[in-house]
Amino acid sequence: MTTPVLSVRDLTVSFPSEAGRVDAVRGVSFDVAAGRTLGIVGESGSGKSVTSLAVMGLLDENASIGGSVTFDGQELLGKSDAQMSKIRGNGIAMIFQDPLTSLTPVFTVGDQIVEALTVHNPKLSKRAAWDRAVELLRLVGIPRPQERVRSFPHEFSGGMRQRVVIAIAMANDPKLIIADEPTTALDVTIQAQILDLIKTAQRETGAAVMMITHDMGVVANVADDVLVMYAGRAIEQAPVDELFADTRMPYSIGLLGAIPRVDKTEKTPLVPITGAPPLLVDLPDACPFADRCPIVTPECRAAEPALVTVGGKADHRAACIRAEEIRAGRIDGGPVYPVPEVPASRFDEVPRDLREPTLEVENLTKSFPLTKGAFLKRKVGEVHAVKGVSFDVREGETMAIVGESGSGKTTTLLQIMDFAPQDDGDVRIVGTSVADLKHAREERALRRDVQIVFQDPMGSLDPRMTVFDVVAEPLRTVGTAAKDIGPRVDELLDLVGLDPAHSDRFPAAFSGGQRQRIGIARALATNPKLVVLDEPVSALDVSVQAGVINLLDELKGRLGLSYLFVAHDLSVVRHIADRVAVMYLGSFVEHGDVDEVFDDPQHPYTRALLSAIPVPDPVRERTREHIVLTGDLPSPTDTITGCAFVSRCPLYQTLDPAEQTRCETEVPALTGRDGVHVNACHYR
Amino acid sequence: MTSRPIPLNDPDAGDDTTTPGSGHDAPERKRLTKWQLYSRRFARNRPAVAGVVIFALLVAFALFGSFFAKYDHVELDFLALSDPPSPEHWFGTNNSGNDLYAMVVVGLQRSLLIAVVVAVGTTVLSALVGTAAAYFGGRVERVSLFVIHFLMVAPTFLLLAMMSNDSGGDWKVIALVLILVSWFFQARTIWTMSLSLREREFVHAARYMGVPGLRIVLRHMIPNIGSLLVINFTLGVVGAVMAETGLSFLGFGVKLPDVSLGSLIGIGASSISSAPWLFAFPAAALTLLTVSMALIADGLRDALDPTSAAGGRA
Repeated sequence: MTTPVLSVRDLTVSFPSEAGRVDAVRGVSFDVAAGRTLGIVGESGSGKSVTSLAVMGLLDENASIGGSVTFDGQELLGKSDAQMSKIRGNGIAMIFQDPLTSLTPVFTVGDQIVEALTVHNPKLSKRAAWDRAVELLRLVGIPRPQERVRSFPHEFSGGMRQRVVIAIAMANDPKLIIADEPTTALDVTIQAQILDLIKTAQRETGAAVMMITHDMGVVANVADDVLVMYAGRAIEQAPVDELFADTRMPYSIGLLGAIPRVDKTEKTPLVPITGAPPLLVDLPDACPFADRCPIVTPECRAAEPALVTVGGKADHRAACIRAEEIRAGRIDGGPVYPVPEVPASRFDEVPRDLREPTLEVENLTKSFPLTKGAFLKRKVGEVHAVKGVSFDVREGETMAIVGESGSGKTTTLLQIMDFAPQDDGDVRIVGTSVADLKHAREERALRRDVQIVFQDPMGSLDPRMTVFDVVAEPLRTVGTAAKDIGPRVDELLDLVGLDPAHSDRFPAAFSGGQRQRIGIARALATNPKLVVLDEPVSALDVSVQAGVINLLDELKGRLGLSYLFVAHDLSVVRHIADRVAVMYLGSFVEHGDVDEVFDDPQHPYTRALLSAIPVPDPVRERTREHIVLTGDLPSPTDTITGCAFVSRCPLYQTLDPAEQTRCETEVPALTGRDGVHVNACHYR
Repeated sequence: MTSRPIPLNDPDAGDDTTTPGSGHDAPERKRLTKWQLYSRRFARNRPAVAGVVIFALLVAFALFGSFFAKYDHVELDFLALSDPPSPEHWFGTNNSGNDLYAMVVVGLQRSLLIAVVVAVGTTVLSALVGTAAAYFGGRVERVSLFVIHFLMVAPTFLLLAMMSNDSGGDWKVIALVLILVSWFFQARTIWTMSLSLREREFVHAARYMGVPGLRIVLRHMIPNIGSLLVINFTLGVVGAVMAETGLSFLGFGVKLPDVSLGSLIGIGASSISSAPWLFAFPAAALTLLTVSMALIADGLRDALDPTSAAGGRA
């Protein structure tokens, strides 16, 4: 191997805090060579972002940093901010997570690229810099770069802004590009574009790439080498194929087992990692994972295991004293993690047609008026957020709506929760039409049957109420007698796997996964028939996410609930749903049984969505056919006469002109096998 | 990695610590209510408890101090004009021979009443109007904002000061006037803060549970601007004493023979070099009052704050 571009040795970072010294990074070493990609994976709090910030010299002043970071033969630690400024953006470039905030809103994107160029090349003429900016925008795939270079960041979509950020990163032909969760804030189809683009950028500049992510699929897609971090340390380090094929450290095995796979048909429960990561304050000299590890032995708590080579391979190292016993995620002939059991639902045997519908939605439409003028607002148009959506959810069934942001899936859900009367349609919940609700009392009675779980476990619990009051609120609202509330709350907390003795604490004392469990307990308080879930796991770490998904599965079986589930993560949907609808620009483009839709996707959009999801398997990931959609979701304010997907459709490109005209002028209806699998494409 | 605060949860409160439905045997467990939690947290805060003690002593002094007074506050002792503190006149006398001790007791009574009534009144009124306007939106919001904005540009203080003057310096009217001229500024601030609150998911969650609107305002919106309300209240106490002093100075406030701390300080300030006790005693009482309020407010804010160092526990 050639000399690495970046070489990190025994990097330690600690911060002072009220609770004591927080050791965020505790002795991390790695090399990145030119043209190679190192993926650093870990959950929140594992120290992966702090590592990247330490390399960039962007840590807070109160952080104390030890060890060594050598970039291109120079030691970076100990350099002053002014010295680092010469390297940042020139030798080392960084791509941040949130494209919405990493560009200055008051300058044009051209100005920002030119700034990055001229600050490191003062001799570059203004003209040449602008030419280079246009060139860079063309390189990252911005259409009409000549005009767009003078646009402001707000005139670009999220994906386009991330392209601009990458253009800035590429501007000075860096030797190292650090990408910190570059696609986490983006939709899957855009994520696929951006990952491709980062590979392009790497090819163009020959740079080494440090890719920080929590998504094993992304790692499998882009990385050459992988470093798994836990509690501030590297706990497994290997080339990507080796790591996925022969995982040795129980935590890495757990991470892989905890992710639902979009390419797996059978519904086995996910394997959650129990417990929460340790506090990084005064860590004892023991394996930090010991408390969560299913194969823990007393020796694990004797001393913290070092990162040593395993299996006689020089480039595969793991920090586990039992690593030699573990082969490819199995130990002593059995899996490292016991697979939990999920009880069968009483509805499993009942055919779908015989089950009672809990929710029927007919031709649901929602439009927002577009107004103009500050004082006298006049209506200039309408945004059709949801256009004629119809579906039903039966007893004991999970219906999922998937789509990219802006597709109208959350609006659909909120319309149902608002009991919004429809002009030309109907919403019926357990047989009661929302149009028939006359009094607030009737409405409250109906609310017993339908409850909601929100996405953000921080935001959905009132921070000023104790957990008991939070869970008791729906009970009090429906007028449960005071003496019955206490036992019921205990029962609910027990049901979702929390200790009822903790019910007099405030939500702030609980971790994200626990808070989401509290949210679920609250939703179940009134014994609803339908639970509406708005991205219930997307804000959680993967290991915790698996526990919550299993819980939802289990509750569905035990209580006979129906779920209406909204998500952008198709892997989660495949795992949890029985029926699925794919939404694009306010209408369903494909709808049917989940296995039908995922195994035999018909609509070109569904196909693209499914192919865009990175699968946590490097071999499959390389051989799989990826359909990368071009462009973004069109603006919902545009009037579209024909099929809404025309502007991005790969199938449309292959059609002859007469067929294309039909796509442009005629709105396709949902056709196919009714109730089993329908899609809205003229030619599928 | 998203920036994440140092987790304060117990090691035993980790995720998935119990299997669902495993059945915890805690038959008759005493569960602490929110208020018990708050009072425990408050009681642990020493300065806050000191504040309560000082405040209690001041109230006791205002209520029962007159039992020990040798003179009435309107009684004139012509043998002791502008006398410094002595066994006969504990706090000294003013140039007309009034006993300062008796005047401070009465003044403190007036000021306490006015300050507390005004602070409570403005805080409650502004919190209700501000949060309700934000939560209900639509017509409620438009009307409330119109009233608030109108009051902000109208010379309310002058109008109301005239009214209070007509009443002859009755403290109840003064208190009402002070509430009416100060609630709307706070209400405007609270409204802006509540705007972001109404979009929070727990407010939606309560609405989708079927909780009536007014109860959402009282149960979810107002407690979550608690810190601001506590600060408003403390500043309100201080501000009310100041405003009442200002009114007295203009001749609109409490009128002799009735006295308040404000009027006493106003008079004492003019003779600070010749008779410093006339300023010192009422000023000390006022300082103690505001300091105790500040300590109590600090303690309340910490006790109510879910993200304080107690970390969501008692």
